[in-house]
This record gives sequence, C-alpha cells and structure tokens, in this order.
Amino acid sequence: MNLILVTFIILLAFTSYYFGRKKALVIQSSQRLTALPKFYGYYLAAWCAAPALIIFALWSVFEPSIVKTFILQDYTDQNLTKNELQLIYTKVKALAAGTYTGNITNFLDESANKYIQLKGIANSAKVAIILAILIFSLSFAYRSVQKNDRMREPVEIFLKWVLFVASLGAVLVTIGIVFSLLFEAIRFFQAVKIFDFIFGTHWYPAKTFVRDGQPDPELMKDAFGAVPLFAGTFFIAFIAMCVAIPIGLLSGIYLSEYAGRGIRKYAKPIIEILAGIPTVVYGFFAALTVGPFVKEIGNAMGLEVSAESALAAGAVMGVMIIPFISSLSDDVMTAVPQNLRDGSYAMGATKSETVKKVIFPAALPGIVGSILLAVSRAVGETMIVVMASGLAANLTMNPLESTSTITAQIVVILIGDQQFGDPKTQSAFALGISLFIVTLLLNVIALSVVKKYREKYE
Amino acid sequence: MSKIKAENVNVYYGSKQALFDVSIDIAEKEVTALIGPSGCGKSTFLRCLNRMNDVIEICRVEGSIKMDNLELNSRKLDVVRLRENVGMVFQKPNPFPKTIYENVAYGPTIHGIAQSKEEMDQIVETSLKKAALWNEVKDRLDEIGTGLSGGQQQRLCIARAISVSPEVILMDEPCSALDPIATAQIEELIDDLKKEVTIVIVTHSMSQAARVSQKTGFFHLGKLIEFGPTDKIFKNPDNQQTQDYITGRFG
Repeated sequence: MNLILVTFIILLAFTSYYFGRKKALVIQSSQRLTALPKFYGYYLAAWCAAPALIIFALWSVFEPSIVKTFILQDYTDQNLTKNELQLIYTKVKALAAGTYTGNITNFLDESANKYIQLKGIANSAKVAIILAILIFSLSFAYRSVQKNDRMREPVEIFLKWVLFVASLGAVLVTIGIVFSLLFEAIRFFQAVKIFDFIFGTHWYPAKTFVRDGQPDPELMKDAFGAVPLFAGTFFIAFIAMCVAIPIGLLSGIYLSEYAGRGIRKYAKPIIEILAGIPTVVYGFFAALTVGPFVKEIGNAMGLEVSAESALAAGAVMGVMIIPFISSLSDDVMTAVPQNLRDGSYAMGATKSETVKKVIFPAALPGIVGSILLAVSRAVGETMIVVMASGLAANLTMNPLESTSTITAQIVVILIGDQQFGDPKTQSAFALGISLFIVTLLLNVIALSVVKKYREKYE
Repeated sequence: MSKIKAENVNVYYGSKQALFDVSIDIAEKEVTALIGPSGCGKSTFLRCLNRMNDVIEICRVEGSIKMDNLELNSRKLDVVRLRENVGMVFQKPNPFPKTIYENVAYGPTIHGIAQSKEEMDQIVETSLKKAALWNEVKDRLDEIGTGLSGGQQQRLCIARAISVSPEVILMDEPCSALDPIATAQIEELIDDLKKEVTIVIVTHSMSQAARVSQKTGFFHLGKLIEFGPTDKIFKNPDNQQTQDYITGRFG
C-alpha cells in the first residue's frame, strides 16, 4: 500500500514536470516567461511531491505510536508496568498478523480486532489525506504557473531547503550516535567509578559475570581498568607509524619529485591498491604469516616471542597505512607550485636540496595532516589487532608480547551472548566514547597544526 | 665583448620544434632584450641559457651555446655551477614560503658561499640593497617573503638571484605581473645592475625593451628575425616583419 502510494506520488511528480514545461511553452507564445521552461516543470513537480511526501513521512512516524496508545488505553486500569504493556502490545500485533502461538485470551483477541480495525482506518485516512493534499497543492501550483508568476526563486528556495534537510540529517545522525554512546557510557560509570576506568591497570571484564545476580562491587573495581587498552592502542599505533611514516613519506617524495611520468603512472595506482585491500586480509596475513615469522626469528635469536605479538600487528598495520601517507603526501607535494621548484632549480639547487628546503616545508601542513589522519586510522583499526595481537589485555611495552587495543576489546565484549544492562556490555560504550574523544582530539590537533603552518607559509 | 654566443640553436618539445637555428651574441654588461609575440620562443631560448629546459622532460636542445668559451649545451656541464653563474628572475614573483632573510640566503647556503653568520648577514644586506629593497624590509627580515607586495616580491627574487653574484641574470617578463610604479622601480634596478652583470630580459612591452636595453632581438615563430642595437631595431629595422611588429601592426 505504502509502496504504491509513494510510487504514485513520484510518478505524478514526473508527469507534472513535463506538464509544467509544456504549459510554459504554451505561455511563451503569448507572453514573456519569467524563467526557463524547465523551472515551470520543477515548480510543479516540487509542489506535487514535497507536501505529499512530507505528510506521508510524518504519518508513518506517528501512526504506530498513536495506534499503540489507543490499544493500550484498554489496559490502563490493570496496573501494569511499562515492560508488561510493551509485551502485551507485541502480542496484540503478532496476533493481528497471525503469527501468535501462545494462549489467546478474549481480551487479547478483542485488542487484536481493534488493532486491525484501527490500522484499516488509519490506512484509508492516510490515502484520503494525501490525495487531498496532492489535489490542493497541485491546483495551487498550477494556478501560479497559469498566472506566469516568478518561477525561478521558489525553485531555488526549494532546492536550498532540500540541501539543508540533507545536511541537517547528516548532522543529527552524528549527534544521535554520540549521545547514545554518551548515555550508555554514563550508565556504565554509575556502576564503575570513572577513576577506576581511567587509571585502573587491570582489564578483565569477563570475571564480573555472575549468573542471575549482581556482581561483587569489589570485583568491579579491578576489572575495568582501561590503561592496558589505551597503552596497547597507542603502542601498536606507534609501531605502525614507525613503519608507515618513513616508507610512506619517502615513497611520496619519490613519486612526486623523482619518478618519471611513466613510472608515476603505474606506481601510484599500485600503491593505492594497497589501500583497497580489506583489513581482514591484512589481519590474516598478520596472523598466519608475519606473526609466526616474527616468532621464528625471535626464537632463533633466543627470545621469548608470542605467536600473537604487538610487533606483527603493528608492522602489518603500518603496511596498511603506507598508501595513505604516500598518496596524500605525493598529492600535496605535487600541488606545490612549479614556479617554486623553478626558483630553486634556477638558484642552482639540486633536486634533493629543493625537496628538503622548498617542497617539503611548503607541503608540510598537508603532510602533517596526512600523518595525523593515518594515526587516527591506526588507532581505530580493529581487525588486524583482533586477528594478530590477541585479546588478552596485557599491560606491556614489549613488542614481542601480545597486547590488545580498545577496538579489539569492544569486539570481544560485543560478540557472543550479552545482556544489555550488564556493566560488561556497557563498558563497550565507555570504550567507544573514549576512542571517539581520542580521535577527535587528534583531528583537532591536526587541524590546528595545519592552520598554524598555513598561516606561516601563505 | 661577447659573453654568450649561441649558434644554430634548435629546440624541440617532443616532436614540435620551438626554435629554429637561432644564433645570437650577447654582449657582456649590457641589457639584451628579447621581444616578440606570445609563443615565439623567446622564453624557450632564455631557458636554454641556464639549462632550465632540463626540467621539462620532453624538451630537447640542439646546437651550441657558449658562455666564456664553455659549452652550455653539453651533458658534461655542471648545471649547479652554471646556475650559480646565471641567475634567473621569473614572470610571476616566486619567493619561497620562507622568511625574507632565508629567501636571500638560499643561494649562498646551497653553494656554501658564506663562511660565518656575519658574512651571510652581509651578503643578505648587500643583495637587498642592490635590489633596492633593503630600506623597506630591513626591520622585518624574519617575516615571510610571500607577505610582501607583488613589486617587493619581485625585487626580493632579484635580490635572491644576485645573492650569489652571478655573471648573468636572465629575466623572463619580470614586470608582467606588476603595476606601473613597481615596473619603473624594477627597470631602474635593471639599469643599475648592468654595471656589474650581463642581463637578458624577455619582455612583452616594447617600450620597456626600448627603455632598458642596449641590444634587442626580435623573435617570430621560433626564429630570430632581427638582432641589433635597440636604437636601430626601434627606429630603423632592416626587416619588414620587425617594422610591422614594432609599429603594432601585428603581435
């Protein structure tokens, strides 16, 4: 029903576009048009589709809750809790749809009939209202087309609002996500002290799990210390950057300044392919190839090496990040104006001097930006760590041991069975929001660094 | 006395020939102006004199260009040394995004000319004075060179070029991005500089060529049509094409 209605509105909008344009051509024969004919079409189409679709959307949003209120009205005198009411409503809906398999009481049966009835009324009302709106708005728009009113401005204003709503939607969704993270995290911090979370050095949420009961508050204190996770996250990111920055920057410099056109044409896409490899693939590459390799070499040197080591995960993550740095720094260095290069060469500077003293400083804001972007990427990377560096949150600075990161722990917490009110589950949100804050800080720093250098060099 | 002697220079960009058998004698401590309509090859020729065409991958130069009997168009030439001796000023002012001081000190640093900080300060000061910029910037040497006005930037580029005491300075339409006052300042500067250096200037403005140069060469479609004393070129050219161009009948 809904699908038919929406399709009908959209088809009608298309038709009215052509109709409006045709009408404009008719008007053209007797008087001067106020805009190009297509604007007449847009005007009609917008008036046709926009009001009807808006009402349709609002109706779809509010209809279920209104129907629900009507149904549950019958139960107000039974002193039921919110959860019980919700359960009853779910039962009623299931019964109406014919998928209910439990005991059918008379009361429930009645409610289900009422539900079906209400739905029917709502549906016909919806169709009637929307048809009325369509007729009303179309006739209004058609009259102003007939009068040859100004067409360009309303269409432009309409487009402005469409764009505004789109960006508003994006912003609202982001805010919504942040707030849901925040609220769950606050609930977590009601169970676990924020101090214990930030400064605790022991992360072992699994031990707080108690079947059908409240966990021991003493245990809670020592199970949610996030320090090992932060340390692990930054440690692995650090190893990754140690791999990615030198290789990425040097290859970026090679590509932008030294490589001939032929080499650049092939080398750049190949490096960018690295960025397209799914991280899972890097993950099993790290777990199955690099990890054992590191272990073997370590053992040959007489070192104690775990098969899942921070070194393996970090190194592979570094390889994954190389294309970010090399490709972005290549772009910003290529964007340095040729006349600066010419100026330097004309002074008798060699290529390496020119790169070191002119190109690199001029491109520095972009390069710093690309590096910080790569750091956020490394901090947020999950799959490689889960697969290659283990899940035990050891607090260690030894790259040969296994360690874990914030993202990997979130995965551990949220896969498998979980209870929503459980502090263990909620801790994922706390970790999520701390990760969000860290990346946000990194981005803010990146932006301000870039801005500072830009002021200096422009 | 001849400083640069070019003989039968042909330049190709890929398969397209840009210069045809250009032969020219550039005299020492004089200003030589190269004029001609856009795309006539005058900048291409200028860039042969300090091998800036090396930067362009598809560019190929044939023929002989000798400076003080040193063959410039040779694989064995030390390009770094050549460019230390032959400075260049570009059409668009292109100071580095560094401080004014660093801009001028750039050449002396890469060629290891100054032995001490004092010596470097001295070089920077003299260069800026010669470029008639010292009085305007002496109190703000640590400001970014790109923050200066267009005319000041161009004089900074000239200061940068003369900081390594070159024997020749090439100027590629140095005033085309400047207003008349800044242009007058640069022209005055060129007049001063020619006491010490040989200057080759490419210009679109015939009046500028007439004002600053002693010799003028007229290029058209990649050929050097006429070359001679500026007075003669402007008042009594031998070639009809030159005559037409000078009097503004084409170009």
